[in-house]
Parts: sequence; C-alpha cells; structure tokens
Amino acid sequence: MQGLLQQVISGIATGGIFASLALALVLIYNAMGLVNFAQGEMAMLATFVAFTLIEHGMSYWIAFPVSLVIAFAGGILIQRIVIRPIERAPILTMVIVTLGLATLVNGLAGFIFGYVPRSFPSPFSVQTVDILGAFVSYRDIGVIAVSAVVLLAIYLLLQRTTVGLTLRAAAHHPEASRLLGVQVSWMLALGWGLASAVGAVSGIMAAPILLLEPNMMQTIIIYAFAAAVLGGIESPLGAVVGGLIVGVTVNLAGTYLPFVGGDLQLAVALAIIVGVLILKPNGLFGRPSVRRV
Amino acid sequence: MLQRIRNAPPRYWLVVVVILFFVGWPTVISSFQTSEWSQAIILAIAIMGLNILVGYSGQLSLGHGAFMALGAYTSAILAHRYKVDYLVTIPIAGVLTGLVGFLFGVPALRLSPLYLALATFALAVVTPSLIKRPAELTGGVQGISLTPPDPPQFAADGFGALTGTVMTSDQWIYYVSLAYALLLFWLAWNLVRHRSGRAMRAIRDGEVAAAASGVNIAGYKTLAFGISALYAGIAGSLFGLATSFVSPDTFPVSLSIQLLVGAVVGGLASIPGPLVGGIFAYFLPIESNQWVPAQTWIPSQIASAVVKAGPAVSYGVVLILIMIFAPNGIVGLITTGYTRLRRRLRGAADREAGQMPPDPQTIS
Repeated sequence: MQGLLQQVISGIATGGIFASLALALVLIYNAMGLVNFAQGEMAMLATFVAFTLIEHGMSYWIAFPVSLVIAFAGGILIQRIVIRPIERAPILTMVIVTLGLATLVNGLAGFIFGYVPRSFPSPFSVQTVDILGAFVSYRDIGVIAVSAVVLLAIYLLLQRTTVGLTLRAAAHHPEASRLLGVQVSWMLALGWGLASAVGAVSGIMAAPILLLEPNMMQTIIIYAFAAAVLGGIESPLGAVVGGLIVGVTVNLAGTYLPFVGGDLQLAVALAIIVGVLILKPNGLFGRPSVRRV
Repeated sequence: MLQRIRNAPPRYWLVVVVILFFVGWPTVISSFQTSEWSQAIILAIAIMGLNILVGYSGQLSLGHGAFMALGAYTSAILAHRYKVDYLVTIPIAGVLTGLVGFLFGVPALRLSPLYLALATFALAVVTPSLIKRPAELTGGVQGISLTPPDPPQFAADGFGALTGTVMTSDQWIYYVSLAYALLLFWLAWNLVRHRSGRAMRAIRDGEVAAAASGVNIAGYKTLAFGISALYAGIAGSLFGLATSFVSPDTFPVSLSIQLLVGAVVGGLASIPGPLVGGIFAYFLPIESNQWVPAQTWIPSQIASAVVKAGPAVSYGVVLILIMIFAPNGIVGLITTGYTRLRRRLRGAADREAGQMPPDPQTIS
C-alpha cells in the first residue's frame, strides 16, 4: 500500500513535467489549431541555455527565470521567422514545418553541445521524506511545487489579465479581434513565446532526472501528446489533468504490470493516445468539433 | 504502333531514358555504390507509398518507418527461421503490411489529419522498443543477420553475356529492387490517374464536398492507407535484403522523418517526385558526411560535430524552406520552370514569324 502511494506521488511528479509540456502544446493549439511537434526540442534547447548559465556560475534560482525569458523571446522569434510565412497554409504544411523545426533544433543542439549526456543540477536533494509511510524524495516534491506554481501563473495570466483576455480573443475570433484593434499576429507570437517558456519549465524539471542531451525530450513529448489528447487538446485544464493521469498511469504500469516494465512505458502512452482518439476523440474536457466544407 | 511512338509526348521519352539509365548504372559504378543506389531506390519505393497517402489522399503519416520495420521483420523471420526463399517473402511481407495498414486505416478514419500525425508519430517512436520485446522471434537488440543471396543462374548468365563481368550479389539485389520500383511506380501512376485516384484527391481537397458527390470516404481513405503500407512493407523487406541485417535500430524515428523529407523534397502528389526525393534523402547525409571531413579548412572538431548533427540540421532546414518557398518540391520547380521556358520560347518564335503570341486566357 505504501509502495503504491510512493509510486502515485512519484507519478504525480513526472505528471507535472508532462503537464507543463502538454500545456505548452495546448497554448499553441488554441492560438492556431496546430500541434507543435517542435515543442519538446524547443524546451530541450532552453534547458541547455539554463545549463550553460549555471555552468558559468549563475545560481540556479537566477538562471531558471533568465532561461525562461530567453525561451520566451526564442518562441516569439521562431513564430516570426518560421511560422508566420505559413500562417494561412493547410494544416499538413504547418505540421511538416514544425517537424522540420524539431529536427533542426535537435541537430543544432547536438552541433553546439554534443551528444554526451550531462548531469543537470537540481536545487532539491534526492533524500527522501516520510509522508504517510511512503518515502518521497524532495526532488519529487520540488518538481510538483514548481509545476503547480507555473500552471497557476499561466491560469491567472489567461483568465485574470487583459493580456490573457486579448490572447484568448485573438485565438478564438481573429477577425472580430482585428476589428476591435487587437494585433492578432503579434498575439500569436505572444502565444508562441508563452508556450516556449512553459515548455522550458518541463525541460528544466526533467533534466536532473533524465540527464541532459539533445534527445532528452523525445520521449517526454510523446507523453505530453498523450496528456494533451487525453485532456482534450484545446483545454488548458485538461492538459494538466491529462498530464497527471498519464504520469501516474505510466508509473504504475511500469511497476505493477510485468510485461510493461521499464522499456514499454512509452507504449502505454501510445495506447492512451490511440484509445482516447478512438473512444473519446475530444478528450475529457474538449468540445466536439464541427466540420465545414 | 510506329505512329504512336512517333506521337508520344516528350515526357514518355524522358521515362524511357530514366529507365535505361537505372538499368545500365550498376555496370558503371562499383559494387559498393551499387548497394547504396539500391537502398536509395528502396527508399524511393517507401516514399512513393507515403506520397500516395499524404500527397494524393491528404492523410499525414509520420510513422511509415514502422510499416517498413514490419515488412523487413516479416521477411527476415520467414527467411531466417522458416528457411523460405527471401524473394518469395517480399510479396508476402508487402501483403501482410498492407493488411495491417488497412486495419490501421479504420481507426484513422475518425481522426483529423492532426491527430493522425500524432498517433503515427507516437507509433514511430515506440516501434524500436516494441520490436525488442519478443526477443526469441525478432532476435531482440541483436536483430537478425541474413545471408546475401547469390544471383540465380539465368540472371548471372544474362548479365555475363551482356557485360562480360560476373554478376555480384549487390548487383542482383539492385536489379530486384529496380524491378519492384518499376512495377510499383507504374501501378501508382495508374492508380492516381483512374477512378480511385480521383476519389482520393477529391477527399484531400474537400472531404465534405467529396462525400456530397458520392465518394465513399471511408473506403478510399482506408484503401489509401492499405496501399501506402503495402509499398512501405515491400520497401522494408527489400531493405533487409539489401543490408542483409535487420535490427530495432534500423528503424528509428529519424527513418520516418527521412521518408517525409524525401516525399516533400521530391514533390507531393507527383509520380517522379518520390524517385528524386529518395535519391536526395538517401545521399544527402552520406555525401555531406564524406565531403565535410575531407575539407582541410574546416577544423576537425567542428567537422566531427557537423558529421553527427549535419543530417538533422539539413533535413530540418530543407523541410522548412521547401514547405515555405516551394510546396511542390523539386519536381514542381522543374515543371513550372519548363512550362515558363517553353511559353517564352514559343512566344519568341511566334514574334519572329510575325504572329502575336496567343492570349493564354483564351486557350481552352
């Protein structure tokens, strides 16, 4: 029983990482109806930025927000240079471009930083604390806390500020917003910047656990896909709930289902994606979509 | 007959020239290069399959490497464990993969292109670890080694009589791959020009409108998936033959991305496109990896970093640039260029003869 509780809590910690990346996916999906295949790779690059800052002597708690700001600027830059020319192109074109972006960023990171896995510092120790009989590491608690703070901040930004309102308006009714004086194109860029920063949080949280290397986010992005699909791809709340469910499910399946073990956990994510899409294509919190000619 | 040949449009002659080139090519290049070219042709077959799905029916698959893996492992297991002749296993692998693709197409029906891309991408990422699991069947991480086949008597005799050299195993594999490529490209050409091809394109350009015009959406979408997977399966099987080795790491995600790069670069919804794309996607990393370290002005540390990261960077740049600036790929660029050139030349000839060039809008 305590083992189960332990697995659930560590599942929630990994779930927080998935949730942040899934939330980044949802932000971009809401802005332009597109799943950004490069989200994970962008997060990986931001994590390398944080790593470089820390290596040059910056303290973790300064490097963390600084790299988020850099990720934010990078997201805006990418939207302006790469995504803007194809804003009105068919969805197929946009998906292929984001995939190209993912490949490009992955290669660039490999070129600049190399493929040797590096250990990434974590401000939280791996020592464990006894919670209701389960041994939980401080690192897991830290990951849960940081993810919660970030998700809450995004929620407040979207729901309680003028910028958030404008962002949502530009995403849902671009024409009407334009008539009301909203610079829709820049709002899309802002959406990309936000998503990039939120994704970077998941990268920085994942790096101490997985070791930092260019392919680090390749599996995380699949879990994030599963989380976003499970939650309903246009729902920010769904992304968070989906992330937690996926994190816990994958952890429990890896521990308690002998044929899954460590190496088929990713297949669980695939099963979740396919299962949800077949049984409930709109996810837990999504709205049914309408098709037009 | 003579009349028909004389009146054939120039592109038919181009096809004849290209086929003759590919038939004669292995007699010029080395045996090792022959093996490389067979792999490029095999890649072109898989890209043709992807092209039928993406270019003609508008469904995006990022997981065609997984179908190649299925084809390769079907052949390898049949040949290695059950001692079936490898050549016999190729069509079996194709049909089996096609069936699986057809079944995969049924749930894919309910998915928008975006979700389909997600699901197939996840499939491509999971495939290597799925292959490793049934280790006694697939050989696990070690994979399965195959013995390269000797050319059969009739082929060796014919080749020897024509060129005066002994046919190598690599050359035999090349000709088998070329034969499959010709057959499958010819079939694709027929498919897209006829009823089912038109139906698929109608679905791609407007699903609801196509349904209203009486096109069986579900039927043609799953059909496209099945045919596309069949191509990938045959390509995978041939790939195992050409490299005489299959392992989980032969089929990473990057293979699926390589296929997509080939399809996009060559030109979506075009028949020669996949051939151009296959050659491009196969030789780009190989050639650049040979070229870069050979340049003395590039410091060796940078060169080795380029060799490792180069393919990913160049694939990424190529994907983005082509999609933004030339969505119809290399073949699209060439056709537009050719049409413009011809119009200009014709206009010049007409002006010399004292005729005004015809108004393009009034030509039906």
